[in-house]
Amino acid sequence: MTRLSLMYLSAALITGGITLSGQTAQADGPVDPAQVVSTYADIGAATFGDALTSARALQAAVDKLIATPSEAALAEARDAWRVARAPYQQSEVFRFGNPIVDEWEGRVNSWPLDEGLIDYVDASYAESGENPLAMLNVIASPAIEIAGEAVDASLITPGLIATKLHGADGLDANVASGYHAIEFLLWGQDLNGTDAGAGNRPFTDFVTGADCTGGNCDRRVAYLQAATDLLVSDLEEMAKAWEADGAARAAVEADPNAGLLAILTGMGSLSYGELAGERMKLGLLLNDPEEEQDCFSDNTYNSHYYDGIGMQNVYLGSYQRLDGSMVSGPALADLVAVKDATVDADLRAKLDATVAALGAIKTAAEGGMAYDQMLAPGNAEGEALITAGVDALVTQTTAIERAVTALGLSKIAIEGSDSLDNPGAVFQ
Amino acid sequence: MGRREWAGRWTYVLLLGLSSVALSFGGRAVAQPATPGPLAADPHLNMVPLSPEDAARARAVLAPPADFGAPQPFEALAAGAATGMGAVDERSFTHPSPNLASDRRLDFELGKALFDKLWVAAPASTRASDGLGPLYNARACQDCHLRDGRGRLPGPEGDMLPGLVLRLSLPAPDTDDAAAIAAHLGDHALGRQLQDHAAPGLKAEGRIAIRYTEVPVTLADGTVVRLRAPSYEVADPAGGALTPGLILSPRLAPPMIGLGLLEAIASADILAGEDPDDQDRDGISGRANMIPSLEFDTLVLGRFGWKAGVATVREQTARALSNDMGLSSPPLPEPWGDCTTEQVACREAPDGEEPGIRDGRELDGQSLDLLAFYARNLAVPARRDVDDPRVLAGKAVFYQAGCPACHRPNFVTARLTDRSEQSFQLIWPYTDLLLHDLGEGLADGFAEGRAVGREWRTAPLWGVGLTATVGGGQAHYLHDGRARSLLEAILWHGGEGQAARDQVNALPKEERDALLSYLESL
Repeated sequence: MTRLSLMYLSAALITGGITLSGQTAQADGPVDPAQVVSTYADIGAATFGDALTSARALQAAVDKLIATPSEAALAEARDAWRVARAPYQQSEVFRFGNPIVDEWEGRVNSWPLDEGLIDYVDASYAESGENPLAMLNVIASPAIEIAGEAVDASLITPGLIATKLHGADGLDANVASGYHAIEFLLWGQDLNGTDAGAGNRPFTDFVTGADCTGGNCDRRVAYLQAATDLLVSDLEEMAKAWEADGAARAAVEADPNAGLLAILTGMGSLSYGELAGERMKLGLLLNDPEEEQDCFSDNTYNSHYYDGIGMQNVYLGSYQRLDGSMVSGPALADLVAVKDATVDADLRAKLDATVAALGAIKTAAEGGMAYDQMLAPGNAEGEALITAGVDALVTQTTAIERAVTALGLSKIAIEGSDSLDNPGAVFQ
Repeated sequence: MGRREWAGRWTYVLLLGLSSVALSFGGRAVAQPATPGPLAADPHLNMVPLSPEDAARARAVLAPPADFGAPQPFEALAAGAATGMGAVDERSFTHPSPNLASDRRLDFELGKALFDKLWVAAPASTRASDGLGPLYNARACQDCHLRDGRGRLPGPEGDMLPGLVLRLSLPAPDTDDAAAIAAHLGDHALGRQLQDHAAPGLKAEGRIAIRYTEVPVTLADGTVVRLRAPSYEVADPAGGALTPGLILSPRLAPPMIGLGLLEAIASADILAGEDPDDQDRDGISGRANMIPSLEFDTLVLGRFGWKAGVATVREQTARALSNDMGLSSPPLPEPWGDCTTEQVACREAPDGEEPGIRDGRELDGQSLDLLAFYARNLAVPARRDVDDPRVLAGKAVFYQAGCPACHRPNFVTARLTDRSEQSFQLIWPYTDLLLHDLGEGLADGFAEGRAVGREWRTAPLWGVGLTATVGGGQAHYLHDGRARSLLEAILWHGGEGQAARDQVNALPKEERDALLSYLESL
């Protein structure tokens, strides 16, 4: 998820503002940085490609749900959505280091969602008991005022969602597109708070005609279809960017040393500020059931877990595709091992430990304690599980920093005055 | 400037306008003497006095430059040990101070997450993220403070990029009656600030309409610089018309760097720079703003905001949450933010508060503390080209023109027992944090605390040379972004700044360019 913001390097990586000092990270072992970034781009192409494939499967399931709404068709669409999340989350490690991904990411994975703007929401969420928003969402209203501006929403199309509802320039945008918009339409609100249960939208919300529930089923169907189509076309764009001649691939291959930095920056930033901080610790601090990421479907544990797998993928230079085949090649790990085998072993161990800690959350969730229940005040077991995940990610960040050092990534030397040549020489 | 104009106005003015919090200050809101005694107390800092040796070292290191052939010791380290040494790029303002203790790094990240957090209108499933508005200017802190830099101006097509707000006020009455003075701030219809966005179902208060008139200024060497003189109006006002006589004070979101260090300067050191009656006859006076604190039961020295209307980073954060985003927090508990009693639909709209959770507010005290921690610990980037001969020549011009009289180059912060990152640092903010009359051209007619319509707090200049770098190519200066270049900004200075401005006007091109190179290196 993103807050439609530029995300940044992990604190540790940024502090110095790092670049490669020239003589390092050369091919003085069996592994060449150019090969490593090519593997990275291959994994990018495969991961985004799988995200696209599974989004197309979701699209097919949505089409089926729309054609013949039923309990089973809705369940199938929800399953397809869950399946589609796994490769997408593994792609998140490509954020932060690659501007092309960062600029694009807000369209597909933004958060929090303006759900009251999209569809009906439960009246109990309004303190007054009277919820004017129930009548003011896009699905209920062909003409709507958003942030004080009149919007013609008579036809719900991917274009309307992308340019009018989701905001023109990524600023001041209402979040109305991407995985979470589709998730909200498939599940509905999770009204169970920190108790058991996910969203429970009836399939009849997609029945056009007399049996329609929730009102405006034709427009809900149009929204679901448009949002899904938009997701598919957005993923097409990013999958292409990592293929041969793609812009994202070209960017990392143009300067392999900068590409290495992109890999480590993505790993460090996702580990620390994003996952450990924003997604996990903040939710725990706020005891907020919906500060979790996949809040309507209770799929958050999988999102966290596959973030962890994604970080392993890019470090070890190996990704298992949806069809079971492997994409692998010369890895960043090999390069680090040449420089310092201990550092490599340590980072591998820390990545394993993170996957284990996130796996424990997944196991507990699959055993019946959903992620939102773990966030409940007083749930010591849930708090311990999440805290263990946070701690593993924080520890892993330190190991990533050691790899940065081992590869000879170092602070920019600013030349100039005496005090800068010796940055420690401050007045104290 | 008629510095005498101030004499009848040394009563301070309540900032809180119509908010109920204002009432709690009502009893204390009496005319205050000009003596700064209570202001020097620094209730927000846990500080220990400097030892005589440290005080002597601080005095020595703060001495004006003896010559301009080389940089002063530590001059390049704009924020002492909190100076950012990273690459110069559009994220230069986003980094934590490098001396941040490693066990506080995650707190910085959590604060950043809250700073970047996109808020939604209530009701939403994301209960900890709802409560926006109902009337608001922006949905996330970083929408205005772009990459922790300054705000952008609304585009020519009226697209409503957040970054500039209009504060609202009625003319201050000429009286010592504190209640009467307090009542002028804010508008009975629209409140303290114009909110140009509204939650679904509500109408925004209006749009900011700016009209610029080009004003050519001819420098001594014949160069013509075109200034943009702005005029502000509210387009599509929600009530059909504005309250007659309403004063609009435009304010651009300022950069976020170094705020914790400015907060860590001992008040006594700032107050020592006051010279309200210009006894040294240098044409520069300088007065401290004095304001009632939201956090402490006392009057405090104002440091933050374009008129130094707020004392601490935490209070500034709470005010921005309330005014700009309509979010309640423990110091400012109204969930409707800036909606007045006349804005019934806004006050009755759903809010994001839940009893017993998050201190019962839309944003709890812990989150507010994290946001403030983040804002205190954004590194100030190191100076560039500090020993470049042209930059050094420009520095000499800066001093010869008298700029340091207000843009005071350096301070040594207090020795703090609980904020090691900010403690006893030699910093180079280029501000005295005092109010100065800048003349009619910049005046907004808006009184805030002790500050009158022509007075502004000296803006810190650290990081000013990175404005365009951080702003994605955009660079706008001064309180409302009217200046498109640093030279334009200088030429707008009047009042106490007039003499220095006139000197710049008279400079030969080479020296003027050197001055600008120096400013770009800050």
